[in-house]
Amino acid sequence: MSSSEFLSQFLFTLISAALLLTLIGAVKRVLLWSQGQSSTVHWRGLLQIPRRYLVDLHHVVARDKYMSNTHVATAGGFVLSAILIVLLYVFQLQLQLLTWALLGSSLLMFVGSIFVMIRRRNPPPNLSLGKWQRLPKSLMVFSLSFFILTLPATGILPSDTGGWLLALLLVIGIIWGIGEMFFGMTWGGPMKHAFAGALHLGLHRRQDRFGDGQSTGLKAIDLTANKLGVEKPVDFKWNQLLSFDACVECGRCENNCPAFAAGQPLNPKKLIQDMVIGMAGGDDAKFAGSPYPGIKVGTHKGGAIIPIVNILVESETLWSCTTCRACVEACPMMIEHVDAIVDMRRFETLEKGQTPGKGNEILENLSATDNPNGYAPNTRMNWAADQNLTVFGHNADKQEVTQADVLLWIGDAAFDMRNQRTLRAIIKLLRAANVDFAVLGDAECDSGDLARRLGDEANFQRLANSNIETMNQYNFNTIVTADPHAFHCLKNEYGELGGNYNVLHHTGFFAELVNQQKLKLDNSKELALTYHDPCYLGRYNGEYDAPRFLLESMGVKIKEMQRSKSTARCCGGGGGAPVTDIPGEQRIPDMRMADVTETKAEIVAVACPQCNLMLEGVVEPRPEVKDIAELMLDALIESTGEGVVADQVGGGS
Amino acid sequence: MSNDNLSVISLVSIGEHPTSRRPRRAEQDARAIELGLKLVGNNLQTLHAGQVSDDPRQQTALRSYLGMGLAEINLLEMPEQADAILVLAEHLKQQNSDIILTGVRAESGESSGMLPYLLAEQLGMAMVTSVTDILSVDEVNKQAEVLQALPRGQRRKLKVDLPFVASVDMAAALPRQSAFGPAMRGQFEATLGGIFADQESPLWQTTDAKKRPKRLKIVKAKTAADRFKAATAKASGGGGKVVHGVEESAQAILDLLVEEGLV
Ligand code: SF4
Ligand code: SF4
Repeated sequence: MSSSEFLSQFLFTLISAALLLTLIGAVKRVLLWSQGQSSTVHWRGLLQIPRRYLVDLHHVVARDKYMSNTHVATAGGFVLSAILIVLLYVFQLQLQLLTWALLGSSLLMFVGSIFVMIRRRNPPPNLSLGKWQRLPKSLMVFSLSFFILTLPATGILPSDTGGWLLALLLVIGIIWGIGEMFFGMTWGGPMKHAFAGALHLGLHRRQDRFGDGQSTGLKAIDLTANKLGVEKPVDFKWNQLLSFDACVECGRCENNCPAFAAGQPLNPKKLIQDMVIGMAGGDDAKFAGSPYPGIKVGTHKGGAIIPIVNILVESETLWSCTTCRACVEACPMMIEHVDAIVDMRRFETLEKGQTPGKGNEILENLSATDNPNGYAPNTRMNWAADQNLTVFGHNADKQEVTQADVLLWIGDAAFDMRNQRTLRAIIKLLRAANVDFAVLGDAECDSGDLARRLGDEANFQRLANSNIETMNQYNFNTIVTADPHAFHCLKNEYGELGGNYNVLHHTGFFAELVNQQKLKLDNSKELALTYHDPCYLGRYNGEYDAPRFLLESMGVKIKEMQRSKSTARCCGGGGGAPVTDIPGEQRIPDMRMADVTETKAEIVAVACPQCNLMLEGVVEPRPEVKDIAELMLDALIESTGEGVVADQVGGGS
Repeated sequence: MSNDNLSVISLVSIGEHPTSRRPRRAEQDARAIELGLKLVGNNLQTLHAGQVSDDPRQQTALRSYLGMGLAEINLLEMPEQADAILVLAEHLKQQNSDIILTGVRAESGESSGMLPYLLAEQLGMAMVTSVTDILSVDEVNKQAEVLQALPRGQRRKLKVDLPFVASVDMAAALPRQSAFGPAMRGQFEATLGGIFADQESPLWQTTDAKKRPKRLKIVKAKTAADRFKAATAKASGGGGKVVHGVEESAQAILDLLVEEGLV
């Protein structure tokens, strides 16, 4: 028998065996996922996998051009090679065309692997080491072995080149390569991300995210269930467990996480890896990436039916998150960190009553007074005593109305002196543009945003239902609000409870009015200004343009921060983070203000009451913080609209 | 502290939020439960005199005690006009409790603060007011060491003979958070209370309490930003002073009255 005959027989056996083991591994992995709770299976998504990989996933990967090209070459080369290898060596199709194709695909993969290797020579801290450092070598060995193996078959080299020595080397190379690339794929090697990732893209819990869609609202839970929230890994939905397995430990989430940067004990990448450990059982000693700041790696362990909090993951880790979604936005595998975090918070709050910091107090206030600080509900409108606002209601004596074009949602800014200034500005602008609007007055409740993100789904649903019931009594076309958190809840989270509305943030609404010339702005402002994107307006709702359009309409040339739009750094105010107040090394708002200062701006424009408070809380000297509505009021040219405006502004109704 | 044989009952009522007037977990009763849980853990018994109301908010308020981790609340059912003290006393006489915990004063209803006293009288037990903690219980000598709150943050350690009634002060340890899940799943165990009509209260006349006049803070700020600063700034103290001697005191009072334009 010649060395080439031996090789082809050996390969048949080896690859068939490897495929069998891979299959067994796959079944075991699927069984691990199936421990989770039931959730809709989106079978049709499976057909979309190639498209989602090429379009949606690469849309994210392409933010790092180097990596996206590398990945296309390596992954494309590998997928093609794998198919061809099976055809050639398992089914033994003797087509010359296939041989040539394999030569090409393995070469492509080899080129890709060289770039992976280069990237990993001095890996940045967000990349995991350990088995991930082995991967580029494995990729190389795999591609090179098959390349050399194929050469004789194409006739470029005479068969039996290199004799038994080369054959031996190839055997070693192929065992290594196949071991990593096939076997490792379903037995927990780094290539697991390809197997789980592909299925995850197809079966994703939020199918709406693909094809430029958006799906950012948290999902409601049934409050009569026997267990509320996630206590153990098996309490996650099965497709969430699958999603954790898709993580490639690229650390893009880590790079973007404000809590991690501030030295709080949270690293979204490690959190996802811990979920994998929980699902499969084991400890975190082998984790080869950055730890949770301040918590040593190797000190925690978990299992599918072992409670997560304080055994696998410290509760401080969960409560450090601002729910800013920077991790989700950055994740090429489209993993939903925030969903997982809130699911676990729900158990902490609803079952254990362990909301840290001021959580308990705030939640009790929300229950008793519908606002987080416990002000009397009938003082909600006190701030507007001088504003002569039209209120929705059925009492004609009080000039209440049941119909208006716009429902102005006030939010809890009503109780906050700083943000009342923004509200006043908005009201002046609405009147200047002659908008027919009314407010809910004392009947408005907190939107439930804070309660929900603190895990108190019961409080959220109560507040939301109460608001929906109130709003359903009246006729209006649009809800306008200056609070992106309320905006997000009303727009994306009330729907599940039966409240479907057309909701606009004040910047979106005003942009339209400026467009239609109903508001005229002085465009000669020469302000050294930058704009801070609120997470709940930008990443949660994709609104990056309207605020910028308004600022530009005032003649401002925005000095953009390095992290802006979809990668904007959170102000630290979301997700109840100021309430739980988990200590770190720095404060998130200070870091954001440093971003602002870097642009040499003298004013930072904001579009959210929470951002306003967080950024104004940074010690002076610092740039001034102003809501876009305040800036607009400064720039308003009042004489539009033939005298009607003067009437409205001056006299009220 | 292991007090396995100790029988502790905590009485709970439905509270009322001071600004919204909505039913809620009463703050002192919740502290009493916290204290009881610390003392005897799951052996703590909880008693509420009254019906489970049809009003979901009343029910939620009562359930929020269950959310602290109690498996059940015993309900002593009685009509609304009944005299709770007599109903409770009759029931508690059969219980042989060592310690009965209550709040100092209910947040709704008559809110007289008399319940613990009258109950102790009916049961012939000792009564300790404004307790912040029960430090130890000596079951052999039937004695407990309790910490009592006095004004200005002072504390007094007392030895009390068992059994006793203790009213728990706001200065006691903060109650744990009430969790929604356990609150919804906890049980009410109802027993019928005795029939004792309230003889006295129908004869009372009630009027609304008047708000005491409060001095307005005058802020001489021109801009909203200034007003904001003035409102959020900490009040700078230093206005008060201690004056000794009759002459000086009189003079100081007179000066103040002149300053305020009252004389
Ligand atoms: S949502 Fe924001 S704070 Fe939370 S883990 Fe993700 S990046 Fe970090
Ligand atoms: S969760 Fe996503 S972004 Fe984070 S390391 Fe894993 S794949 Fe990368």
